[in-house]
Amino acid sequence: MKVVLQNLTKRFPNRNKKGDDVIAVNDFNFEIPDGKLIGLLGPSGCGKSTTLNLICGLETPTSGRILFGEDDVTRLPPENRGVGLVFQNYALYPHLTVQENIMFPLQNLRGADKLTRPQMLEKAMTAAKLVQIDGLMERKPSELSGGQQQRVAIARALVKMPRVLLLDEPLSNLDARLRLQTREEIRRIQQETGITTIFVTHDQDEAMSISDMIVVMKDGVVQQIGAPQEVYDSPVNLFVATFLGTPPINVLDGEVKGEKLYIGGAAVCDVPGVGDQPVSVGIRPEGFTLDENGPFEVSLSRVEVMGRDTSVVSTHPASRNPVIRSIIPARNKVDRTRRTVRFTLMPEKVFIFDARDDRRICFDAE
Amino acid sequence: MKKKKSLKGWLYLLPAILFLGCFMVYPLIDVLIYSVEEGYNSASQTYTGIGLYNYSYVLRDPYFLQAVRNTFLLVIITVPLSTGIALLISLGLNAVKPLRKLYQTIYFLPYVTNTLAVGLVFMILFKKTAYTDGLVNLMLRWFGAGPVDFIDGPYWAKMFVLCFYTVWVVMPFKVLILTSALASVNPEYYSAAKMDATRSFRVFRKITLPMISPMIFYLVITGFIGAFKAYSDAVALFGTDLNAAGMNTIVGYVYDMLYGNSGGYPSFASAAALILFAIVLTITCVNLLISKKHVHY
Amino acid sequence: MQNKIDFDRIERRAAARKRVFHAADYFFLTVWALIVLFPFYWMLLSSLKSYSSYNAEYIPRFFTLSPTLQNYQDAFTAVPLARYFLNTVIFTVVTTGIMMAVIIPAAFAFARLEFAGRQLAFTLFLSLMMIPGELVVITNFVTITNLHLRNTFTGLILPSVTSVFYIYLLKENFEQIPDELYRAARVDGTRDFEYLTRVMIPISKPTLVTIVILKVIECWNSYVWPRLITDDARYFLVSNGIQEIRENGFGRENIPAMMAAVVVISVPLIVLFLVFRNKVMAGVSRGGTKG
Repeated sequence: MKVVLQNLTKRFPNRNKKGDDVIAVNDFNFEIPDGKLIGLLGPSGCGKSTTLNLICGLETPTSGRILFGEDDVTRLPPENRGVGLVFQNYALYPHLTVQENIMFPLQNLRGADKLTRPQMLEKAMTAAKLVQIDGLMERKPSELSGGQQQRVAIARALVKMPRVLLLDEPLSNLDARLRLQTREEIRRIQQETGITTIFVTHDQDEAMSISDMIVVMKDGVVQQIGAPQEVYDSPVNLFVATFLGTPPINVLDGEVKGEKLYIGGAAVCDVPGVGDQPVSVGIRPEGFTLDENGPFEVSLSRVEVMGRDTSVVSTHPASRNPVIRSIIPARNKVDRTRRTVRFTLMPEKVFIFDARDDRRICFDAE
Repeated sequence: MKKKKSLKGWLYLLPAILFLGCFMVYPLIDVLIYSVEEGYNSASQTYTGIGLYNYSYVLRDPYFLQAVRNTFLLVIITVPLSTGIALLISLGLNAVKPLRKLYQTIYFLPYVTNTLAVGLVFMILFKKTAYTDGLVNLMLRWFGAGPVDFIDGPYWAKMFVLCFYTVWVVMPFKVLILTSALASVNPEYYSAAKMDATRSFRVFRKITLPMISPMIFYLVITGFIGAFKAYSDAVALFGTDLNAAGMNTIVGYVYDMLYGNSGGYPSFASAAALILFAIVLTITCVNLLISKKHVHY
Repeated sequence: MQNKIDFDRIERRAAARKRVFHAADYFFLTVWALIVLFPFYWMLLSSLKSYSSYNAEYIPRFFTLSPTLQNYQDAFTAVPLARYFLNTVIFTVVTTGIMMAVIIPAAFAFARLEFAGRQLAFTLFLSLMMIPGELVVITNFVTITNLHLRNTFTGLILPSVTSVFYIYLLKENFEQIPDELYRAARVDGTRDFEYLTRVMIPISKPTLVTIVILKVIECWNSYVWPRLITDDARYFLVSNGIQEIRENGFGRENIPAMMAAVVVISVPLIVLFLVFRNKVMAGVSRGGTKG
């Protein structure tokens, strides 16, 4: 099912009467292709959960439209939309067993859709098998681990074959190891069912690793939409660049003069076609190459060995962060006795942004 | 050192122990003794023997049987009725936002009023006198029903007023408990049910009711205990001579045996009080057993 | 296109259902509110009607055009209402005061002090909670009578002081105060009693206020014990006073004057409630039992 969001806007009246309305979602436009897994990404309070609630119908938009396929569902109550929602805290009914929880939505069907009990049991079993909890059907939610509860919640959302599946921070209540495992699981389930799935997260790793497309939001405004790699490689502004990637991108003050990028007086990179102006420079940690004669010199703080890679932690007066972190392959040895290190920069890992509005200034990196 | 510490602890407890000892523990033992002392004379404080005669006397006393009948009727009618209405009201309150506080405040008023005082108002509303048929009878006439004396008239009418007043009096506590129970149900459950197109009655039966079932059972149990001890409501409506009105309750019987026109028999009173205690204890245990089976967590 | 029309209808129906439901809900809530409020309105109304006009109304009227305060004057002069009132205030204040003085140290001992037999003592206390008051009233009545304390405040107050439940409630509250505070105070050389008065009592003030309110309500409305122990009208509390007024009242059936008396004795608690609304409701839901 294709999902289309047109000029979607949601304002909340300000609580203390005075002051302006809070705009949770501002003019959201997006056409989600059928059968894709979409990650809605942004820091807390960016409007991603409100967007989710608008799609599932728990909130009504102030303006704009939502279409499922060709149907306008903007003002349709949630129960008529045919969406499945997995809550952040799962919202499993504590007094019902796993099986009863999964069957709950089926028992609501009426009229022509009404199912017999064997049919319901079969569907519940299919859903349970899909998320691999078919051995736990008689347990109560309190007897399950967090990961298992999560799976039950997904099974309950899937059992009625929703047109769209929505997941609200699906991994935030799991521990680190389970998180990795579960996100693969979500990917697998989504691909097996082919249901258009939208999930909300504040963790960019999560979104990057499994989504077909990600939507980065900030303060209610969509910043960028695209495939994860595309957004990572080509962020439209400083916010997107800093929000994606671990370790985060290094941000420095710089200046363009004569189509060359200067950081702290040194010309570090060619920027063909860019006019003279002060800029913010973003350099991905993997964009550094160790080079005795490199143009970019930093003061070495320490070297962290991480096995496969080596992380060089250094400082530079133009850096906006306390330290600059660069990741280099472990085979390139750093002379730890030296006070400084020199790098050359890979142009495709260097982004420059307009110093006034943080918008990316593109240049041809060859 | 340790001994001194112990002494200090008991010193802090001393006032409480004195009060409880004199006015709870001693009376508790004493009431058991009274109940088996046959032919106790409160003037000379002598008795003729030990035995179960007091119990058998009480159990054969028509006034006691009348009181038992009244009390059971009252319990059976008012406990389910008040709990049911309270549940409806709480659900109604939970579904609205504006004016909710105002309604809550109004509903709570009977809790803080003097049972005897407001009972007098109820009596006036229901009573038929030579001067006036009373307000309730006036309203009955609008519907074409004849005047009934609810206070000195037929048994069912008196029972009706007693039940009505009892429900009116116990409602605030129940509404308060149930509204806070309803408010504490995680709203995500309702959102989840909404997503699944659950009809509201099914939401109530499958989600709301199980979630608040512990509180409902708590109310039923305390309701039973409270209703079995009914007394001052009846006094407020029918006056102190409840035996004459035929509206006595078990507790009323105990007090009448103790004091007043027919008083002076602490032994009979003790026996009746212990019988009441046994009834309440049994019913509470049965309630607890049922609730174990039906309360979900 | 067919689809769209269908959706419109679903939306409209859902909205209409919601409105109907809300209207019905408010109607139902209002009906019960009227049932609750009506007796209050009626007592106020009747208390403002004059004796003659009240008795002249064979069909009671829902309003009065000539309100009078005569009944209030009668209520204070023809019967000793002021004395009942004063008695109740004395009874309430003294009983509540003594009770607080008894339960605070007891709760403190159970919550904070360590001494031999504490567990056993607390278990015994808890088991006392299950004992219904009706059982012990009998002996207390005999005891007070034998001590010749009938028709005295001592006889009224002493047996009304005991309350196991409030000790329990307060102990639970005291236990929530972190141990570190106690240890810190000990290191600073604070003695137990000072710790109780200067740390624990201020911290537990909300619970203490709750207990006081609940006890005041209980005292103000108490009827059974005062009735057993007093037959001299000079020691009647308001509950007994109102019963006395009802039975031997104003010489004749003066209902407006009775209603005036009822208003007078109902007002203090209602005012108390309206002022401390949240505290009272929170307190009752934690520790109330009437019902």
